[in-house]
Amino acid sequence: MQYALYVVRRLLTLVPVLLGITFVVFLLLKLIPGDPAVTLLGVHATPASVAELHKQMGLDKPLYQQYLSFLGHALQGNLGVSYQYRGVSVSSLVFGNLAPTLWLIVVGMFFAIVITVPLAMISANKPGSATDGAVRAIPLIGIGLPSFWVGVMLILLLGLKVKILPVSGFGEGFTGHVQHIILPALTIALAQLPILIRSLRASMLEVLVSDYIVTAKAKGLSRSRVMFGHALRNAGVASVTVLGVNLAYLIGSTVAVEKVFALNGVGFEMYNAILGRDLPVVQAITLIFAVLVVMVNLLTDLAHAALDPRVRLG
Amino acid sequence: MTAPAQSGPAAPVLEAVDLHVEIPLPMGQLKAVRGVSLSVGAGEAVGLVGESGCGKSITLRALLGLLPVPARVTGGALLLDGVDVLGMAERRRQRALTDAISMVFQDSLTALNPVMRVGDQIAEVPRRRLGMSKAEAHARAIDLMDQVGIPEPEQRYRAYPHQLSGGMRQRICIAIAMSTEPRVILADEPTTALDVTIQAQVLAVIDKLRVERELGLVLVSHDLAVVSQTCSRIYVMYAGRVVEAGQSLPLLTRSEHPYTDALLRSVPDPDATVERLASIPGQPPMLVDVPPGCAFAPRCTFARDVCTADPNPPELEPVSVGGSHTTACVRHQDIDLASGAVSAFVAEKEA
Amino acid sequence: MTTLPAPLPTFDASTIRKRSGERNITLYAGLTLFALIVLAAVFAPLLTSADPLQQNLLQARLAPGSPGHLLGTDDLGRDVLSRILYGARVDLRVGVLAVVTPLVIGSILGLLCGWWGRWFDTIVMRLVDIVVAFPFYVLVIALVFALGQGTKSIYIAISAVGWVAYCRIVRGQVLVAKEQEYALAARASGLPTWRILLRHLLPNVILQAIVYAMSDIVLSILAIVTLSYLGLGVAPPSPEWGSMIAEGQNSLLTQWYLATIPGLCVVVVGLALALIADGLVNQFNKR
Ligand SMILES: Nc1ncnc2c1ncn2[C@@H]1O[C@H](COP(=O)(O)OP(=O)(O)OP(=O)(O)O)[C@@H](O)[C@H]1O
Ligand code: SF4
Ligand SMILES: [Mg+2]
Repeated sequence: MQYALYVVRRLLTLVPVLLGITFVVFLLLKLIPGDPAVTLLGVHATPASVAELHKQMGLDKPLYQQYLSFLGHALQGNLGVSYQYRGVSVSSLVFGNLAPTLWLIVVGMFFAIVITVPLAMISANKPGSATDGAVRAIPLIGIGLPSFWVGVMLILLLGLKVKILPVSGFGEGFTGHVQHIILPALTIALAQLPILIRSLRASMLEVLVSDYIVTAKAKGLSRSRVMFGHALRNAGVASVTVLGVNLAYLIGSTVAVEKVFALNGVGFEMYNAILGRDLPVVQAITLIFAVLVVMVNLLTDLAHAALDPRVRLG
Repeated sequence: MTAPAQSGPAAPVLEAVDLHVEIPLPMGQLKAVRGVSLSVGAGEAVGLVGESGCGKSITLRALLGLLPVPARVTGGALLLDGVDVLGMAERRRQRALTDAISMVFQDSLTALNPVMRVGDQIAEVPRRRLGMSKAEAHARAIDLMDQVGIPEPEQRYRAYPHQLSGGMRQRICIAIAMSTEPRVILADEPTTALDVTIQAQVLAVIDKLRVERELGLVLVSHDLAVVSQTCSRIYVMYAGRVVEAGQSLPLLTRSEHPYTDALLRSVPDPDATVERLASIPGQPPMLVDVPPGCAFAPRCTFARDVCTADPNPPELEPVSVGGSHTTACVRHQDIDLASGAVSAFVAEKEA
Repeated sequence: MTTLPAPLPTFDASTIRKRSGERNITLYAGLTLFALIVLAAVFAPLLTSADPLQQNLLQARLAPGSPGHLLGTDDLGRDVLSRILYGARVDLRVGVLAVVTPLVIGSILGLLCGWWGRWFDTIVMRLVDIVVAFPFYVLVIALVFALGQGTKSIYIAISAVGWVAYCRIVRGQVLVAKEQEYALAARASGLPTWRILLRHLLPNVILQAIVYAMSDIVLSILAIVTLSYLGLGVAPPSPEWGSMIAEGQNSLLTQWYLATIPGLCVVVVGLALALIADGLVNQFNKR
């Protein structure tokens, strides 16, 4: 009940952010030097035909009206027409490629958590030990890891030297997708590790010295019950927010990672659109990515509230 | 109140002998506990008093076998029913200590897991360690909540710690402590964080359980009034050592250590809740480089050269031959502490 | 650290200074490593005689360790070592410079938000919400795409996005600091606002931002490398690590080192800056 109220309150905060995002994306168009109509028609177009196209595209109207019509179209799922592939609607282009990207994000996140949790737990369990030292070196070495380069290295090691996994494309059918997503998802996960490990380890250390852990130990509970039942749950609450922030960053790195693995998701589509100077597609994908991040932040907050009664009950 | 008086010393359930605890810090080893001996028997309540930082909490945590990192026991013995547990392998010792001992903390908000329902926290031991079914464990938790005086336990079961008042939370902590069916309870200033009116109720709950279940109780408090009402024996700690010990009444009325005396004098206002002891002038010594001899000497009005002549700290010795009242003041025979202020305080307590 | 009982032994300032000097190996290791990298980039012409652009098809695809080509040559016979060193010049310069503007703008805005609050704070924070709604790379890529390829666009794009982090950090610090005694005293003494902000608050709140700037440099180097990998950064044939990885990826099976070496360089730069950041945190915690 209280949770439902919290959800509603949280949903309302989305409105101004979404308006802001669409406005920024709309402005991208204005940043581009030169006249889009001229770009479309070519330099030899007559002034009359340019004026005609201006009228068609609504470029003769004041800025706020242009924005409102952009917003109106976007709300109806109409994101314009691709420059590159004449006549193809941008939304069909973008939404058709959404699946691999979502796979990548979800599986990448899953890998990241599965790798982070045990490492951070082992490390926080015996601070100062050799294992802890090794785990603490990961963030130092990992902070400068370019995610796409990790991908290239994984291709080299696991795809070409040891030929166990496919290195490009998205495959056919469910099993094909699973096989093809492993390396890109691992890439994404590895690039996430430094920050995740660092934050989960730090919150574990903080949690492990707290009184309620002493209470739990004094109850005579097993080590694993104390670590997983009490410590991890609390440390996880703190780390969920970091996970969310990090995920936003990760979503951005899908562009380069999808290019590495020629994975035909929206990121790869953005790369293609950049090569083809396909403004509407770049614009639409920027918007899609921002909406994804907003959704992720929303889910993070909802998860945080679900995990931590102090948040949802105010 | 139940009568604190107790005659012949029963065999202690838990006993610490010459316990030493050190905390390695960047500037050196902090000797938090420097040879503390204390004991508690079944059904007995003993008090542990002393200024902030004198090592009371660390002593309790050492008794429980759960010292904060990086503190370590560096010497002495810890006897459970006469058997030294410090020699045991870690797992066995932990098991033995946590089976026999429970602890109640000062701050109930931090002592409870914030993301777990309080009822589940009470039911956890019955469920996980005593092998009860879910329903049985639930019933046990409700029963325990009832015993510590929580009204409407069924509803409170589902609450989270931050939704309860301080008094209710501390009762939950007591219920958790009782859930392991312990023989000794260590209570570290269990009422300091509570309103004055609630303090008495919570203390009464602890004391009731002690009597009903023959529990040993070690009560740490700043509040001499609380300790003198509840405990039959008192240990006074200063700078990591017990400086005076004995039956409550003689210790409070005929104190044989200037520090205890100063403590008693600095209790003018029974309603003040914070730092009553701070009114003794001066600071306790830093426990990294402990000065030779009596650690209280720099603040003691009776200090003479003999007090610091021996580099070792003075040992506890009986005030009278064969008596249980002991003091670590080397000059206790030369000085007279039976001051009017102390008598007045005790008279007020007795009234 | 909520339950540390008082009184903690008071520290003797002289022992602390002595000990912190001994202990901050992290900071010195980081500074040394970073200095070495910067020196290598600055003195690239002295360290290698090879021209990073000089093609020589007769000497193409030499393995690392070949005479005259310590790190080998690429498909076009260009010397990898000299391309790495000259590439460092580009990546480090852009990486460091791209952090300066966001640091300045973000800190000023954060200072004003924290100090004034009210409508100014509301507007700026709404703006922050919008900027952080975009994935960092995507917004930078989109901006560079719109502004046109090149380092100038990269500076603008990174600045447009990067100020947000500094603004949040400094704002948070100011909110705490302005309630502290020294700030209250300064306010009570009737000093002009700008003086309180610049002389009393800024020095106390900027440390956190500077520590963050260290990892932010890594972030912006990663951005340049990524943009160049995607063909939006430094235009070929100028040597640059990201585009070297992109070129190397084409001959991954035959010459694994072409894509590997530039990536390792980024990792080492990241390591150096991470050490500096950690060392700074240790240093400030000790004070
Ligand atoms: N985790 C720790 N790290 C470092 N020093 C500690 C730690 N815990 C306690 N100490 C030190 O050990 C000494 C004894 O502390 P302890 O908590 O036992 O005091 P206390 O008598 O319980 O005081 P209080 O009445 O304030 O609770 C103090 O000097 C304290 O500073
Ligand atoms: S030994 Fe000396 S200094 Fe210590 S308490 Fe007794 S009189 Fe005071
Ligand atoms: Mg204490």
